[in-house]
Amino acid sequence: MLPAAIINGLMFGAIYALVALGLTLIYGVLHIINFAHGAMLMLSLYAAFFLFQLANIDPYLSIAIVTPAAFIFGYLIYRYGIGVLSKGKDQNILLITLGLSIIIENSALFFFSGDQQTVSLSYSFEAFDLGFMYLSYPKVISFVAALVICALLWALMSLTDMGRAIRAVAKERQGARLVGINVEHIFAVTFGIGIACLGAAGCMMLPIFYVDPYTGNIFVLVAFTIVVLGGMGSIIGALLGGFIIGITESVGGLLLGESLGQIGISLIFILILIFKPTGLFGSKV
Amino acid sequence: MKNSKFINNTSRRTFLGGAAASVALTSGLATPWIAQAAGNVKIGLIHPATGWAAYPAAQLRYGAQMAIADINAAGGIKSMGGAKLEALLGDSQTKPEIGAAEVEKMNEAGVHALQGCYQSAVGLAASAAAAKYNIPFSVDVGVSDKLVQRGLGNVFRMADGYGRIARDAATNLGEINARAGSPAKSVVIVHEESEFGTGTAKLMTNALKEHNLEVIDTIKHANPTRNFDNIALRIKSAKPDIVMPINYPGEYVLLAKTLRQQRVDFMASYSVLGGGFNFKFVDDLPQIAENMIDVNHWYNPNSASGQAMRKRTEADGKYFTFEVYCAYMSILFLADGFERAGTTDKDAVNAALAASTLEVDFMPYDKTKMVDGQNMGSRAVAIQAQKGDVQIIAPSAYASADAVFPRS
Repeated sequence: MLPAAIINGLMFGAIYALVALGLTLIYGVLHIINFAHGAMLMLSLYAAFFLFQLANIDPYLSIAIVTPAAFIFGYLIYRYGIGVLSKGKDQNILLITLGLSIIIENSALFFFSGDQQTVSLSYSFEAFDLGFMYLSYPKVISFVAALVICALLWALMSLTDMGRAIRAVAKERQGARLVGINVEHIFAVTFGIGIACLGAAGCMMLPIFYVDPYTGNIFVLVAFTIVVLGGMGSIIGALLGGFIIGITESVGGLLLGESLGQIGISLIFILILIFKPTGLFGSKV
Repeated sequence: MKNSKFINNTSRRTFLGGAAASVALTSGLATPWIAQAAGNVKIGLIHPATGWAAYPAAQLRYGAQMAIADINAAGGIKSMGGAKLEALLGDSQTKPEIGAAEVEKMNEAGVHALQGCYQSAVGLAASAAAAKYNIPFSVDVGVSDKLVQRGLGNVFRMADGYGRIARDAATNLGEINARAGSPAKSVVIVHEESEFGTGTAKLMTNALKEHNLEVIDTIKHANPTRNFDNIALRIKSAKPDIVMPINYPGEYVLLAKTLRQQRVDFMASYSVLGGGFNFKFVDDLPQIAENMIDVNHWYNPNSASGQAMRKRTEADGKYFTFEVYCAYMSILFLADGFERAGTTDKDAVNAALAASTLEVDFMPYDKTKMVDGQNMGSRAVAIQAQKGDVQIIAPSAYASADAVFPRS
């Protein structure tokens, strides 16, 4: 049972990491705590769901539509919403994203109802037989996709001019502006990339989970824990943090029971604050 | 590695404070609301309109408002000069304390009766708050027997509680198993962690012994549970003949999907008050739902009124879930109380409700007989997904099809 629990944890940890990626990126660069993160994850799940229901587009293929759409949505929300209304004040940003989450969730409740929606795919129940457990295709696909998305994001941040500009803005806003970087544009692009991560996460999660107007909140608290664990702003930290939390939850459930097993996540959160408050891959400010 | 970090100048405390605040956000900050309309007899409907139970809450509201509209269209409360019923809508947000606060607001708004609350924990808090003002309180859905065992003279329940449901569920399973030659010997119960799941699981464990069925493992899970793989593997290693889920909709469906993904083999999924077992589940996931059994509140498909209500509901684009007709029945019960009391005086209405002999033919119930607030004429039935529809398989008096057991 233990090897199965560890593998389960890894599979689900990859999904947690996908959700945490956007959060850590947005916080790391913009210093925004995006309260609407869960609501935006929910929107991406609905986007994938409706593409499947109305256009019969497989959720994994819909990533090609949902991710760019999420990027554009995120860019516009920041450039012409959060960025304008906040007037550069952190407390305003907190209130705006908080308000945004309430608006998005209640709009979803109004338009989509509170009904839980699931999709049934032809391969939903196909699985690799490991002998001691079955690994369903959707979970394996999500796991691989999480690794690929992390690698792409890392490459974007490390190897491209846009990545350098984003890191420059994150490190020294005024300096970046002085060398000609359009800071407002970079902020919006970063926010867009963060939301695009959620777009991808939504497409990966739909075949495994369900969607209703509150689904995002189920994952967002775990994502916050992962960001703290991995180090705020660290892509690698988000990925490893996701795996650690996933395995902790799974093994904790096995050893302590599924109800008490959740304690492990809180325990890790407390331990990391006591012994390594900067997170595994974070640095002191 | 180094390049993947985005070092920032914002205090960690800002982030951590925000993370903590997100707990408050995700635990629900939506303002409770009450919609009021002019009318004579005010009935407060308290349901979790926002939060994870928003869908069943919407179904409950729909059923209650359908009943109110029907009663008003038929002339209202005739003994009160044709007084119309008026719904006051409250949102418990899935939280007991909010449910109780809604009662206080509605009392100030002059409510004459209350109905709710879907979750037993919320129903317990809200009905206790209503007891302070002696406001008649009808539990539309809520299975904890504590709801009607506290000696509160204002609390009534038309549908069954988990005590009677567990007894009936065990009896029905015993009969189904016996008809098949008693191939099933063992059961694994998977239940959610609140009063509903824990209480029902405990009762089922005892009730099943009387039918020679042994509970070999009981697995409790949190709400929400994101991943059922471990539980599925634990069930697989226990090799039970029957898997018995007792949980809410989201977890019910996730568990069913995971059992299929992990190729867990058993004779039947026999849920008790399975939150996710309904027409929608059968439509959405027919390959999983087929031959799954549930014991639950259910309408009488052999009655013309039951069939008519199902058609009306489906014509409105909604699924005919148990919440719809339980809420409808609860409003009928309250309206009948007002009709016989001929007044909104709380003592008189409570006395009339306690003496109710209402007959509800769209439910598989006997004539209403209240004992300490519980309708002894109610019963839950065993239902099974068969070929894309849901059939009653026990008790035999209401059965619309034979049970498929063990499943094919």
